[in-house]
Amino acid sequence: MKKTFGRAVLSLAASIVMSVTAMAADFKPVVLYDIGGKFDKSFNEAARVGADAFKAETGIAYREFEPRSETQYEQALKRFARRHADLIVAVGVGYAVAVRNVAKEFPNVKFTVVDAIVDLPNVQSITFKENEGSFLVGMIAAMKTKTNSIGFIGGMDIPLIRRFERGYKQGADYVRKDLTFTENYVGTTPSAWNDPIKAAELAKSQYARGVDIIFSAAGPSGLGVIQAAKDAGKFAIGVDSNQNYVAPGTVLTSMMKRVDLAVHRALAQAKDGTWKPGHTVMDLKDGGVDYALDKYNASLITPEMKAKLDEARAKIISGELVVGDVAGSNTGR
Amino acid sequence: MAAARKLPFWADNILLPALNLLAAFVVSGIVIWALGDNPFQALSLLVQGAFGYQEAIGYTLYYATNFIFTGLAVSIAYHAGLFNIGGEGQAMVGGVGLTLGVFAFGPHAPLLGVFAGIVGAALFGAIWAFIPAWLQARRGAHIVITTIMFNFIASALLAYLLVGPLHRPGGQMPESADFPAGTALIHIHDLLGMMGISYDNNPMNISFLIALLCAWGMGFLLWRTRFGYELRVVGKSAGAARFAGVSVSRMTIIAMMISGALAGLMGLNELLGEQHRLLANFTLGYGFVGIAVAFMGRNKPLGIILAAILFGALYQGGTEVAFDIPNFSRDAVVMVQGLVILFAGAMEHLFRDPISLLFWRFAERKAA
Amino acid sequence: MSNPEFAIETRALTKRFGDVVANDSVCLKVRAGTVHGIVGENGAGKSTLLKMLFGFYQPDEGEVVVDRTAHTFADPSAAMKTGIGMVHQHFMLVEPFTVLDNIILGAEGSAKLEDARATARGALAALERQFGFNLPLDTVVEELPVGVKQRVEILKALYRGAEILVLDEPTAVLTPQESEQLFALVRQLRAEGKTVLFVTHKLHEIMAVTDDVTVMRAGKIVAERKTAETSTGELAELMVGAKVAREKTREAHGERVIRLSLKNVSANNDQGVRALKAVSLDVHDGEVLGVAGVAGNGQTELMEVITGLRQVAAGSVEFDNVVIASPDVATNPITLRRMGMAHVAEDRLKTGVVESFSAEDNAMLGYQREPDFSHRGILKLKALAETAKRYFESQDVRPRNPKLAISSFSGGNQQKLVIAREIARDPQLMIIGQPTRGVDIGAVTKIHDQITELRNAGKALLVVSADLDELLAISDRIAVMCEGELVGIVAVEDADEKTLGLMMAGEKRRAS
Repeated sequence: MKKTFGRAVLSLAASIVMSVTAMAADFKPVVLYDIGGKFDKSFNEAARVGADAFKAETGIAYREFEPRSETQYEQALKRFARRHADLIVAVGVGYAVAVRNVAKEFPNVKFTVVDAIVDLPNVQSITFKENEGSFLVGMIAAMKTKTNSIGFIGGMDIPLIRRFERGYKQGADYVRKDLTFTENYVGTTPSAWNDPIKAAELAKSQYARGVDIIFSAAGPSGLGVIQAAKDAGKFAIGVDSNQNYVAPGTVLTSMMKRVDLAVHRALAQAKDGTWKPGHTVMDLKDGGVDYALDKYNASLITPEMKAKLDEARAKIISGELVVGDVAGSNTGR
Repeated sequence: MAAARKLPFWADNILLPALNLLAAFVVSGIVIWALGDNPFQALSLLVQGAFGYQEAIGYTLYYATNFIFTGLAVSIAYHAGLFNIGGEGQAMVGGVGLTLGVFAFGPHAPLLGVFAGIVGAALFGAIWAFIPAWLQARRGAHIVITTIMFNFIASALLAYLLVGPLHRPGGQMPESADFPAGTALIHIHDLLGMMGISYDNNPMNISFLIALLCAWGMGFLLWRTRFGYELRVVGKSAGAARFAGVSVSRMTIIAMMISGALAGLMGLNELLGEQHRLLANFTLGYGFVGIAVAFMGRNKPLGIILAAILFGALYQGGTEVAFDIPNFSRDAVVMVQGLVILFAGAMEHLFRDPISLLFWRFAERKAA
Repeated sequence: MSNPEFAIETRALTKRFGDVVANDSVCLKVRAGTVHGIVGENGAGKSTLLKMLFGFYQPDEGEVVVDRTAHTFADPSAAMKTGIGMVHQHFMLVEPFTVLDNIILGAEGSAKLEDARATARGALAALERQFGFNLPLDTVVEELPVGVKQRVEILKALYRGAEILVLDEPTAVLTPQESEQLFALVRQLRAEGKTVLFVTHKLHEIMAVTDDVTVMRAGKIVAERKTAETSTGELAELMVGAKVAREKTREAHGERVIRLSLKNVSANNDQGVRALKAVSLDVHDGEVLGVAGVAGNGQTELMEVITGLRQVAAGSVEFDNVVIASPDVATNPITLRRMGMAHVAEDRLKTGVVESFSAEDNAMLGYQREPDFSHRGILKLKALAETAKRYFESQDVRPRNPKLAISSFSGGNQQKLVIAREIARDPQLMIIGQPTRGVDIGAVTKIHDQITELRNAGKALLVVSADLDELLAISDRIAVMCEGELVGIVAVEDADEKTLGLMMAGEKRRAS
């Protein structure tokens, strides 16, 4: 018994060593998710979808890690940097400081950070104009509301999420000026992303106050908002991924932030050798953000609404309409 | 009556923990197998990831450092008859004390900042433990309840400070600004490097040595000093303590403050050693795991060190497994850790009776 | 069911604890339908016998015969099945439960508690009528007086179908009135055909309530008598055996120096109830002042106020003419020890030693701050080991291994170590509680001799004991307490069990 076990351990250890050496010649990317985890049906899941698409196209496997707390950001980055990963994609605003620290320590490793700006020669920063996408869903909410009262629930109260709120509000105002607007945030720490119960409570209270559409920019917590909307027979607007399928008929639309595109692009560039450091902004123009329209919500968005949205989108892309931003919403300090 | 018989030292301190650990691994293995992975592969990855190479050992001991501090904290309170479940909160507040100390002196004199940080961590941890201790000693509020509650308060306090007064200027996350340059504990690999020994980079820092020193110090305090003797008397028998002229309430307060200081020192490793800034949530449940470490280590310094290394290996090896087996998610790691705590901590007597019976029978046969 | 002559019979029951033979071929015969008394001094083996009857201990040899069938009870429930019910000295009741729930506990007979309660109510009503009980079934037990709790225990045993009731020292915790009520109940039980085994060391109770009496001494049955054909005098002689003439050891007093003086001392117990009421007494050099009383009448509090463990509410305690305790003064036990007071604690395992510590560690308990054991806060472990060894040798403590946990020593050997510790510093005043409680017979005489030696060496001793014979054997004067008051102090020449018994019941006062 002992012998067999020992042999099994040995052979396994050997196979690991071999697999490591076998891969050494290949392209070795890594994706690090934020605390919500890769199955959050939202932000992190979008990143996973992008990485999976890359894997499907090229057959190159990627390694991934879901940190359990913010202290693990830096540790995970270092761990992979030491093992000479070719590209480490860190998804989430929380990685800002950690990527800066680790990128300085490992100048030969490439990093791509999504949602934060880190100004270092080996870091590519990708941010989104969430305010532009939010503008469009704000318009939808304004056109759809029957109670003339719409709401917003943010995850963690930081400038980045305030930017969603800003665009959403502005889009609604663009349609009509007579709306009542209610906003809440789940919390001030990263646990706010992972608290669907509290988010649902906030949503219930908003619906009770007459709100009939809530846009939640709260990652996994947003699932609580969708559930509350379903229970109350009201509307919710999803975020990051296309969440329309989560509750058809309840999810009015989703503000898609194409983290999948960003992750996919970074991986593909690094593989082709076209990866460059610096700051890239993904906006409405290049399809980085948009509202979701598919079979699940086709009946909810009327052709008139769609026409108005197309018009506004054209204006934003052309620069005729400028959506306001919030100071400090993408910092890498 | 067999159960009351004393086991030989090695059976009590080596055989039983080993059996508990084995049971935990067997159950984990069954679960891993049921999830569709090869348990032997997972186990070998775990061992490899924890001890297989220099960096792995460094990480294992880095985690172990946290557990030594929190295990000692639980243990010293336990020797005084107190169940301190507040290690988590005391570590958090200790982290605040550390940060304040570092920022107060670090910008001008980095070395002084480090010392101020160490003192601040111990002091604030002790203060956070003092309140529940005082409430028990003078007002009869049970320490188990109050320390649990004080964990929540500490967590809220930390979040408030990191979103408010201590917030990183321009940052988005609840974290403080970086510690002033130079205010950090030296890494072991750098230390070895100075001595001409090359060692792979890893986060282990000299707080590991401080933790070992604390373990030795606790052993000396408890079994070699009058104060430790009186502390243990209080822990075992309040009646005997009063008979011996020892104030139970005073000892309750002092023991809890030492306990809180030890828990507070955990921040040395995490903050001053590695993160170089205060983070919300940096305690990551280490304070609670300290309970399991203390009990698995039989509340003896050496036992606590060994148990801490075991848990450090589980953390480090478990994370490595999560890196390499996609199905083996972070939740599976938590499950394995939970099983070890269950078998080694909560159910440590599972095999005691059968083993004692076996020994007893054996001894009888020998005698006959 | 047959109707045997004997309800219980034991055949050559023997139980050993190490070298001590606690019960030596005990052949007890209890006639059915009688009240049978068992008397003996503390440590005579009564408790061991009872524990074997009820399955707590298994005999090394011999057997118990109940209803013509031989048994060896593996546990109490086996004993209960044969119809033996036991009322322990310390009640086995769940204090926060109601009387009814306590009675049905473990014998619910139904998964639904309400059904069980309803059934039990009917059965209990019948029992209560039969035996003349009137218990508040829905009252929580902790609110009941001691005497009523005892009746709950008895009813509990009857409810479980007990034919033979064993009462272990039932009056130790009762007031005289409660005792009288108990006797009435015992007679009623007998009238209804039950057999009662009544264990006590109080002779007048035997005379009052039993039909037959068995006398035990040193683990053996030394006599069996019909109660009507014996007397307290005969029983006392049988119990004690050839009594040592105590006058021999009493040497003339020298100067009557007052070492300890209590002046109108009052104190509250842990519940805040006044437990010590204006007690005044003096202890002189070269005398043993015995303190007698039914347990719980203020003796514990008396010792605690003297030894610095309890705050005085009124009055003062003076030691060597220094006020050591008053409402404004509290002295740490460590200071008292340095002043020359030693304390052999009444509850050895709770107070006098730390049960889980080694004998060695216990050898400095209370003296841990003395320079022989620690220097600048660091323990002198070598000196401690040597001291412990010395204590072991001087008192012949066995087994001769100070590293063993104190709990692995017998009660007598624990007490020997405690005494060695307390006399090591040649104290001028000793406060001794229950000097021989839980001590094996072999050690009792030695401890008594030692107390007398200390007295003869001119020390002042205050000895609290629940054992009147012990007090009569070692004291010069005996103070009697009842309900927190000092009933009186009698010189030992004028004292006998009867007088003291009446004083303990608060019936008779006598000035010192």
